[in-house]
Amino acid sequence: MNTNLNTDQSLEKTIEPPKSSLGVFGWLKKNLFSNWYNSILTIISVIALFYIVKGVFSFVFISAQWSVISENYRLFMVGQYTKAEIWRVWSCLGVVSLLFGLSAGIWKGTARHMSVLLSVILLIHMLVPFTSGTAKMWLGINIGIVVFGYFLAPFIPKNKIITIAGWFLSFPFTIFLLNGFGVFSTVKTNVWGGLLLTLLISVVAIVVSFPIGILLALGRTSNLPIVKYFCIAYIEIIRGVPLITVFFMAQLMIPLFLPEGLEINNVLRVMIGATLFTAAYMAENVRGGLQSIPSGQFEAAKAIGLNGPQAMTFIIMPQALRAIIPAIVGQSISMFKDTSLVAIVGLIDLLGIAQTVISNPDFLGRQMEVYMYIALLYWVIAYSMSYASRRMEKSLGVGER
Amino acid sequence: MAEANIAKEEGKEIIVCNGVNKWFGDLHVLKDVSLTVKKGEVLVILGPSGSGKSTFIRTINGLEEVQKGDIVIDGINLSHDIKDIEAIRKETGMVFQQFNLFPHMTILKNITLAPIWVRKKPKAEAEKIALELLERVGIPEQADKYPGQLSGGQQQRVAIARALAMQPEIMLFDEPTSALDPEMIKEVLDVMKELARSGMTMLCVTHEMGFAREVADRIVLFDEGEIIETGTPEELFDNPKHDRTKLFLSQIL
Ligand SMILES: Nc1ncnc2c1ncn2[C@@H]1O[C@H](COP(=O)(O)OP(=O)(O)OP(=O)(O)O)[C@@H](O)[C@H]1O
Ligand SMILES: [Mg+2]
Repeated sequence: MNTNLNTDQSLEKTIEPPKSSLGVFGWLKKNLFSNWYNSILTIISVIALFYIVKGVFSFVFISAQWSVISENYRLFMVGQYTKAEIWRVWSCLGVVSLLFGLSAGIWKGTARHMSVLLSVILLIHMLVPFTSGTAKMWLGINIGIVVFGYFLAPFIPKNKIITIAGWFLSFPFTIFLLNGFGVFSTVKTNVWGGLLLTLLISVVAIVVSFPIGILLALGRTSNLPIVKYFCIAYIEIIRGVPLITVFFMAQLMIPLFLPEGLEINNVLRVMIGATLFTAAYMAENVRGGLQSIPSGQFEAAKAIGLNGPQAMTFIIMPQALRAIIPAIVGQSISMFKDTSLVAIVGLIDLLGIAQTVISNPDFLGRQMEVYMYIALLYWVIAYSMSYASRRMEKSLGVGER
Repeated sequence: MAEANIAKEEGKEIIVCNGVNKWFGDLHVLKDVSLTVKKGEVLVILGPSGSGKSTFIRTINGLEEVQKGDIVIDGINLSHDIKDIEAIRKETGMVFQQFNLFPHMTILKNITLAPIWVRKKPKAEAEKIALELLERVGIPEQADKYPGQLSGGQQQRVAIARALAMQPEIMLFDEPTSALDPEMIKEVLDVMKELARSGMTMLCVTHEMGFAREVADRIVLFDEGEIIETGTPEELFDNPKHDRTKLFLSQIL
């Protein structure tokens, strides 16, 4: 037995595949200098790359004055949000941290990656010198909450339903706590700003537009002509105008539809505008997903006795939505970035804060630092979304045809 | 026991089609098709490509609407009323050429979905029945896999189990083995033969002549949307009356 195994192993050794590695020079020749014009391209690219990297490096590490960021850090994060009430923002972050921790504990995988990322970001902010002592304390607490949620999750009964419900309730809760609505002293939305405002607008727009988009897509394929043509008209009109006009319309027109005396604030109007805008695109994505499902699926669902809504809920929609995860996330990322347009209608989101800071005479000529910083912020968040989506696609790919 | 049951109901006309006509646009696909199937009968439908076999079998469970004529299934008239169509779909199971399993659900979920949501069975009971059916079609160990992880023959057997889970009176098969590799055809045909012996009423569109000869009580030959000839396998294969039947058989045998 033992000797047998040995011979097997030696046999295996003898038939190992030949080494495919080309060595350094081989690799260079194959990938960079395979012929004369590729060689020229390589040399030009290397020179350009050298100057770009050198320029960026010397700016970032030598000539840039990053104090413009550190001194205005709170502005970038929450805008003019009343300083004494800042604990509310931290509490909202705490809720989100808990939900991230719970999700990581329940679903592992992508949720765990995102929780680690969140914790790392919090940790970085804790370690940099310019955050205040209270902020460091809150940041520490939040990291603790993520970890706590992670280990707590397995002990909660029905933890999946509770966590999902928690995610949905976290929106109204956040809005309620940030505003106060009289239970706490009211913090007017015109002082909400910075990253906080950017995230609020985009999250609300993305999450609320999703069900509306599904309804519009279903409406568009409906047999009832009124529903059908309403949905088509809505989708085509919205897709035909730029987002900025939707924002202006939301600012100017929504008040016209409301009864005298009732007033919806700025931020809410922008949220409505962004939601209605995104919904039209979501609808088209969903419709594309629905069309990608072979008709045999619908027939099989009917043949086993499911009625129309059941077939849609159990068979068609889950497959359609899975197929369009990349499109939905793409839409979400572009919505997230497009919220920067609200600066034009007078809100001070991340971009609005950047402009405010630059125009402050104390920080004259610091626009490069400011724009680089907010670009980095946008990138980190947008990239996390696309990373999460790719992981989700992979893990949901199980059992696909 | 099952046989006693069948004997009692033997002779009951479970499918009655009377002057069925169907058009796709201007294309007249079914022309005055009349056919009666008795309970427990196994009917094989033959015919050249494009002759309307699939269209006909799909009218039986309302997947295709007919423009003229009557179809009565187990006493229910297949009108345009959605309630009737849904009632009939509970009584008929269908197996497709392309299996049409739900790729995002496990095998067990595929089978239990309709019993739970349409027949309102408790989950535990539905799962018990599903496992028994998987046993019956010979793949009890695959319950937790996804359709994409199964071979074609296994998928088609799951599709049969899924249809049976609704405890239908009638099973419709539309070329169930045409998408399968030769070595998998037998395993599906064996399941179908077992089903036929158990007394199920079956309508099969198939090109498997061996199966038709062995299992069919009656064979129906379609051509250009019409029934050309019906008869027992012996009558039809050994002593065809109609010229077009002879032509078809000479091409296929
Ligand atoms: N949805 C449809 N729309 C228009 N024409 C159709 C449709 N389905 C089928 N037909 C046409 O109806 C005729 C009958 O088709 P059917 O699929 O019933 O034939 P079949 O006997 O099943 O053929 P095969 O052996 O190739 O499956 C064909 O001419 C086909 O082109
Ligand atoms: Mg066919």
